[in-house]
Amino acid sequence: MPEMLALQDLSVNYGPVAALKGIDLSLQEGEAVALLGANGAGKSTTLRTVSGIVRPRQGSVRYRGKDIGRLDPGVIVGLGVAHCPEGRRVFAGMTVLENLKLGASRRGDEAGVRQDIGRMEELFPVLGERRQQRAGTLSGGEQQMLAIARALMSSPRLLLLDEPSLGLAPLLVETIFETLAELKRAGVTLLLVEQNARVALELVDRALVLRTGNVVASGSSAELKRDPQVVEAYLGGGR
Amino acid sequence: MNVFDYVSQQLVNAVSLGSLYALIAVGLSLVFGILNLINFAHGDMMMVGAFAALLLQSAGVPFPVALLGGIVFGGLAGFVMERTAFRPVRGAPDVTMLLTSLGVTYILENLGILLFSASPRNFPLPAWLGHVYKLAGGRITFTNINVLTLVFSVVAFLFLYWFVTRTAVGLGMRATAEDLIAARLVGVRVNLVIVVAFVLASAFAGLAGMLWAAQVGVAYPLMGFTPMLKSFVAAIIGGFGTIEGALLGGYVLGALEIAIVAFLPPSVSPYRDAIVFGLLIVLLLFRPGGITNVRREVKL
Repeated sequence: MPEMLALQDLSVNYGPVAALKGIDLSLQEGEAVALLGANGAGKSTTLRTVSGIVRPRQGSVRYRGKDIGRLDPGVIVGLGVAHCPEGRRVFAGMTVLENLKLGASRRGDEAGVRQDIGRMEELFPVLGERRQQRAGTLSGGEQQMLAIARALMSSPRLLLLDEPSLGLAPLLVETIFETLAELKRAGVTLLLVEQNARVALELVDRALVLRTGNVVASGSSAELKRDPQVVEAYLGGGR
Repeated sequence: MNVFDYVSQQLVNAVSLGSLYALIAVGLSLVFGILNLINFAHGDMMMVGAFAALLLQSAGVPFPVALLGGIVFGGLAGFVMERTAFRPVRGAPDVTMLLTSLGVTYILENLGILLFSASPRNFPLPAWLGHVYKLAGGRITFTNINVLTLVFSVVAFLFLYWFVTRTAVGLGMRATAEDLIAARLVGVRVNLVIVVAFVLASAFAGLAGMLWAAQVGVAYPLMGFTPMLKSFVAAIIGGFGTIEGALLGGYVLGALEIAIVAFLPPSVSPYRDAIVFGLLIVLLLFRPGGITNVRREVKL
């Protein structure tokens, strides 16, 4: 059986600037993997390439055995890859309910969509309470929940998450990551970009460390938590 | 004639004019919200609608059907314009699309002159449209053309409201206007959204063109350019790129123009456009986002 996601020798340029310089990555079904690294390391670019917003210069993106490297983002969502972007990017002027419906843009099963809206409101009760409220009036944490719920509305097999903890209070970060752990248990494959390596490594099975477009370290969460270099750079070492 | 009657009469005029500005401005804003494109050719859809209705009527088609025909032809022209002129330059810098829209304007207007000649033609109206209603003992008057303008505009706006809140394409349209990347990420069919925006905007402009021609009595190929510029002003006054802003701005501009003519000395009336544009500059100095204070990044 092919992997859920396989990146091979993937290179991406923004104009003359190389953002990814030939990275390899594979994800098995049900796995959770984190991409760690500093700003500008290429983590977000990796996600954007998988979801089709950015085109690879070289190399391939295979999803369940199919090359998706040149497909339109909408088609990729339809195949089961949802991208919850950095900075949440909920549609601020639209209601919570409309945001959820938009998440299901590529689904034709109206009954299933209605049912999933109900499930999202169970998963994030605050979204149910605020369904007619404009998304822009939600707090940062609530917007992050909405962004995740909106991504889940496409009923993805693979969920790409870019910095879900960004700008959130520690307690909210915990809530969000508990939800992600629940999703993982439910069988959703996760590819997570996260600055907060400590929280990320609690959730994921494996992680890759990127630096200026290259993979410089990889291993299981347990291994990386012991790796002195990773501890030093990303876990606030110096103990 | 007392003050109340005079004001009421001017209110009728303001609503009538404002409806037309709002109809045109909404279309400009729909397209701008999604593509960051100020479509100068938008005004020419007024010509398309007016001449379609005019020619259909001279072919013996009854007036109500001719009106529908004008709306359909407006929408059709929008479809063709998007496919042939704007889709090929999608992704090019915004300036390219702006220049394309100027090019489309010149082509359409000269085509109009070639086909219909530049001189105004009478816009045929059935007799019942000229019927004059008199209120308050004849001190407030309006015609069926005023009624028609208001009814069609309100129906058009209600339809638009229904469309953008209740249909998938409409939701996608608002999402795309807010955040193109996020809209693509959730799978909004952006190509469909764009073509539908052009069709709706142009159908609205076609409707406005017919109502405009009905009010002034004539249609001519260049009829759309000035109303388009003024509606552009209206959209900016209200807050450019949003439907509410365009509606609000349209009616505010209509009221402003009528007020200038009605309440300032007659010697000032010829300068009403100058006054309106001057007020726009003052407004933008203090409130760059318009009345509804829209903030957006515009790259040029």
